[in-house]
Amino acid sequence: MAAFAALYEPFVGAAREYPGQLAVVEPGAGSISYSELDSLSNRLRDRLYATGVRHGDRVGIYMRKSIDAVAAIYGILKVGAAYVPVDPGAPPARDAFILDNCAVKLVIVERRFAEKLRHELELLGRVPPLLLTGDVGGGRALEAALQSAGEAPVVVNATVAPDDLAYILYTSGSTGKPKGVMLSQENATSFVEWCSETFAPKSSDRFSSHAPFHFDLSILDIHVSLKHGATLILINEDIGKDPVRMAPLIAEQRISCWYSAPSILSLLTQFGNLTRHDLSALRLVLFAGEVFPIKHLRALTTLLPEPRYFNLYGPTETNVCTYHEVILPIPPERSVPVPIGKVCSHLEDVVLAPDGSIVARGDEGELCIAGRGVMQGYWALPEQTDRAFHTDRSGRRWYRTGDIVLEAADGNYTYLGRRDRMVKRRGYRVELGEIEAGLYRHASIKEAAVIALADEEAGVKIKAFLSCREAKRPSLIELKRFCADNLPLYMIPDQFVWCEALPKTSTDKVDYQRLKELA
Amino acid sequence: MVDDIEATVKDVILKEFLPGEDPSELTDTTPLITGGVLDSIATLKLVMFIEERYGVTLQAHEVDPEHLDTIAQIAQLIRSKKT
Repeated sequence: MAAFAALYEPFVGAAREYPGQLAVVEPGAGSISYSELDSLSNRLRDRLYATGVRHGDRVGIYMRKSIDAVAAIYGILKVGAAYVPVDPGAPPARDAFILDNCAVKLVIVERRFAEKLRHELELLGRVPPLLLTGDVGGGRALEAALQSAGEAPVVVNATVAPDDLAYILYTSGSTGKPKGVMLSQENATSFVEWCSETFAPKSSDRFSSHAPFHFDLSILDIHVSLKHGATLILINEDIGKDPVRMAPLIAEQRISCWYSAPSILSLLTQFGNLTRHDLSALRLVLFAGEVFPIKHLRALTTLLPEPRYFNLYGPTETNVCTYHEVILPIPPERSVPVPIGKVCSHLEDVVLAPDGSIVARGDEGELCIAGRGVMQGYWALPEQTDRAFHTDRSGRRWYRTGDIVLEAADGNYTYLGRRDRMVKRRGYRVELGEIEAGLYRHASIKEAAVIALADEEAGVKIKAFLSCREAKRPSLIELKRFCADNLPLYMIPDQFVWCEALPKTSTDKVDYQRLKELA
Repeated sequence: MVDDIEATVKDVILKEFLPGEDPSELTDTTPLITGGVLDSIATLKLVMFIEERYGVTLQAHEVDPEHLDTIAQIAQLIRSKKT
């Protein structure tokens, strides 16, 4: 049997084959070739090893999206460790919780974030070594940090096993604390191989990197692009939210493979003046993370009819698990979203009723997934991990997506909704319970309940119902600022409604049904 | 007449994005983006309003919290472009 190829190996192979080709472009900051990126990540690997990082450890990345951060990912993988990317825009206490929770051996952090991070880690009682860099951009900050640390003895790239962890991505947790999804080397490589078969990337392709690196869409961007000798175009967070400036960037950079959440494509369609730009290089448009409102998808595919469009579906726990190529043109009478499609070739699917029995085709049920792409579990949460899986009679574990689906006669799945209180916002998972837990930290808030409502423009609007301990209620601005200090920005409710007391059911629980009626 | 940019921008933020808010709560130094007061769609709409109302164009690197986080910064940016 052939030896298992680690997640970093296809990139190393591409660096041998295309040494002078541009690997990553960071508009405004610079670019790096395959051989330079290979060399920079090798030097980081050596430095990490010299600092005591070993095969099986975790290493945090607390940096803005940059060439430096891409090099950090490969340096960590080459030493045989798992990378744990956190959101530098999230509250430092949340990021510190994540890094402490999975006991990282070291954190690579931009100096300007380091003081706050150190303070938060001290409060948690353990500060791992921090490898400090200047403000990232173009790979130069990491380069300088490695130079000032001095030469480290050269070590070889680690040999890893399929079950070794490649990365941990934290997602919203219903109890108020994020939970770490553990993805193995094989989880990642089986997904990357499926992408290669399905999308046939070429070395002449130019991939967008729209999603932040703590979001699982980045796995396709980075590891598929850099496996095939293609060029990855980093789109920073500010431009990534701004369609007026994003559309000319897609044109100038001649991006050929685009991947983002549908809400970004909706914004581009509405505000991007797409017909004014030459987007003829686009051959693939992939979207995932939430439902694409059919009105906006139809408008987009009418403006840009040339590319192939794929709806990719899957939670972080499986990465993409079903996919559907959108058939163009979309008929004007279609009013429901496109299907999520059929299961990917490296996975298996089953639809279960609440009692665990398999439903008949055409009946709704919960989509469950097994196979090489499915996560091992949640970091240090054995009970939540157990609850996330259904074990069948043969002992096989099926990941329960929580998504209710229906299989049509043509074999395509249609997404119907959730069985719990999770919603998707700008492609991010949001547990409404995490928002409530955040609101309860405010001294004036006596009760908090949050609901999500469908919204044509934003996809989902989040509405918080509150009652107050005091006669003087906090202002809207104070509430929003409090949320910004305690929650990631995408979790801040759109509306706040004050009540004398929240409506209750006969068992004295918050009556969410009544709240939805009030909304 | 001298156009009071601060007052105009404040009015539009209150009317469009903070309905019902006490106007005294929104000052020239309230952090709008980093404070979670404006989300990305609201920021986009505010930029479109500014460009149209004042006939200026904001560059990509200017649409970020370093340039647009407070009413004072927004007014300064508009003035720097109008002169």
